[in-house]
Amino acid sequence: MSLSRREFLRLLGMAGAAGMIPGIASSKTLNTDIYQIQRFGDVRLLHITDTHAQLLPIYYREPSFNLGIGEALGRPPHLVTGSLLKYYGISSGSPLAHAFTPVNYVDAAQKYGKVGGFAYLKTLVDKVRGEFGSAKTLLFDSGDTWQGSGTAFWSKGADMVEVCNLLGVDVMTGHWEFTYLEHEIRKNLAAFKGDFVAQNVKVKEDALFNGAQAYDEKTGHAFRPYVIKELGKHRIAVIGQAFPYTPIANPGRFIPDWTFGINATDLQELVNMIRSKDKPDAVVLISHNGMDVDIKLAREVTGIDVIFGGHTHDAVPRPFEVRNSKGRTLVTNGGTNGKFLGVMDLKLANGGVKEYRYRLLPVFANELSADPSMQALIDRIRAPHLDKLQKSLATAGSLLYRRGNFDGPYDQVICDALRKRNDATIALSPGFRWGTTVLPGQTITMEHVLDQTCMTYPETYARDMSGMEIKNILEDVGDNLFNPDPYYQQGGDMVRVGGMSYRIDPSAPIGQRIDEMRLENGEPLDASKKYRVAGWATVGAQSNGEPIWDTVASYLQDVKTVEIRKLNVPVLKNAGNNPGLDFT
Amino acid sequence: MGFSRRQFIKSVGSSVACAAVFAIIPKRAFAKWSDKAFMSESLAGAIAAKYGNMPVENSTEIKIKSPEIAENGAYVPVTISANIPGASNITIFSESNAAPLIASFDVMPKMGPDISLRLRMAKTGNLVVLVQANGKLYKASKEVKVTIGGCGG
Repeated sequence: MSLSRREFLRLLGMAGAAGMIPGIASSKTLNTDIYQIQRFGDVRLLHITDTHAQLLPIYYREPSFNLGIGEALGRPPHLVTGSLLKYYGISSGSPLAHAFTPVNYVDAAQKYGKVGGFAYLKTLVDKVRGEFGSAKTLLFDSGDTWQGSGTAFWSKGADMVEVCNLLGVDVMTGHWEFTYLEHEIRKNLAAFKGDFVAQNVKVKEDALFNGAQAYDEKTGHAFRPYVIKELGKHRIAVIGQAFPYTPIANPGRFIPDWTFGINATDLQELVNMIRSKDKPDAVVLISHNGMDVDIKLAREVTGIDVIFGGHTHDAVPRPFEVRNSKGRTLVTNGGTNGKFLGVMDLKLANGGVKEYRYRLLPVFANELSADPSMQALIDRIRAPHLDKLQKSLATAGSLLYRRGNFDGPYDQVICDALRKRNDATIALSPGFRWGTTVLPGQTITMEHVLDQTCMTYPETYARDMSGMEIKNILEDVGDNLFNPDPYYQQGGDMVRVGGMSYRIDPSAPIGQRIDEMRLENGEPLDASKKYRVAGWATVGAQSNGEPIWDTVASYLQDVKTVEIRKLNVPVLKNAGNNPGLDFT
Repeated sequence: MGFSRRQFIKSVGSSVACAAVFAIIPKRAFAKWSDKAFMSESLAGAIAAKYGNMPVENSTEIKIKSPEIAENGAYVPVTISANIPGASNITIFSESNAAPLIASFDVMPKMGPDISLRLRMAKTGNLVVLVQANGKLYKASKEVKVTIGGCGG
């Protein structure tokens, strides 16, 4: 089933000959191997993000629903399938088309094999660093590295710190990193050999007053806001932007002393200070804002050359160029689950970027060898847990994945499990964008379940909610996703529902997006009537039910084969020809 | 090494800052205290009770620093500064609160028009700031969203 190296190169070559490989298309020498990158410019900046602790190669299906609303309509990253291929000039049927879109997903996944895996990523990182001259390269990580797997959860992120040290991460920022406790986070950061930067995490004033630890007591920064890196004769300023809404989207109770925010004004002041005091050759931001927020920020804040972005898990083949009042900022987003490595070569002059070459390289595990030292470390991390991880639970009768604005088949499995185990009419499951894909016929192991569910607030609940409460939740999450001003969005996708259906108008204001809420039997939900609702991952107080992975594992063992033939996607209103939408 | 921020606040907090507040309040703030404005249940009503019908124009010289989405609606930190010559009063309203007028500050001639406060917001709405200068009102607003908790990915 798998492809020979020769066949793989031939397919790439077809794309290349037609000038279809992004980045390479603009370079003079055409090279058929995406991993053979010509040197360009003075420094090479590598970027990973949102790997969600996936140590081994996995399958990950890109979305067919990624709606852009308002000015984001039809603009990167809100392009899917055919619209994305057309925009970036990627020929369909090529390995890159498979990497960036879900077109013909199951066949292509079987053909091109698994993606990511830190041993393969390590081989690729070392190769592109070595070819450029390691001393003139940096590796950035925009966060969401310490969460997403059983091993990361059991070691409280410490396994990923070891892995990132071996991978050679130079600078990182965070989001799910903050779902551990402060002392656990600080312990990991003490073990991390790179720099952890965040200009937008401050210690609350009353906590400072009570003696809480801070990077700078005068400014209140909890962490170093930026770091200057010397690469040969060039100096690069790297500023960190952690996820601005961590204590809202995730439990604030884990990190009670810290306050977050976009803090655009502070960022502008910091950039100005760095430019006048440190006089670097380039200023870059490693960001966990999400791509729409980064694009708006790039317009408002001047003096940043490149934003290396994450959070929204968008695999964006080319940087989005933003013009602002003082110049240009390149905005990238690097996908998720270790599937991609961003490679940005910069030619520097006069305190800024003169020219650039960028590639978002898919990490095809079949096309790379595993780095032996990294593989050994991964094996050592996994060894004590292998029995649990590899436990077979059921067989996938159909394709299982999560990513997409409204629903994924894996979410339906979770909702079905929640309803069954809790005897509930309705289930709600958060629209996270992490979680790996399982192909039809694959055995679903405990590891797959943990990929979808593993985090520090997994407790389930079952309680009575009125129709109005349910509507308010849908409206609230809908606004986090579709507010036309990205500063008011939190990322993530729509909350998944089981046992009910609804209609949504993404372009309507909050309070008016959701209607036609009906139970499975077609009965309309009554605003004042109570319904039994089961769910998990409560952000406020801790719930008291079993962890969601136990709920899902028990359910899978009962049903033995899971088939999800129809997604519970809401009826969409006013979203007709949106290029972020593909129902096929 | 110098003073830490904490030591500084501790040493100064109990003396100078409090003294300054007590010195100012009786002379000016209480003199212009307006029951009606603070009790008003609408933004327009509060503005009318506070200022009568003074002319209002929008201004980009008023900077409102506040979270776009509040971490805690009961405790929203806001900083306001105005680069308007002759500014004599800064008043802040939360449109969606039951009583929109939150606070009103009289600006002394040698004081910079720059204030910080924490306020409670019942739900999502606009913060509206009015700055009075030379018989005119200047206005700026910013939305603060109060959510019931999300599912960040």
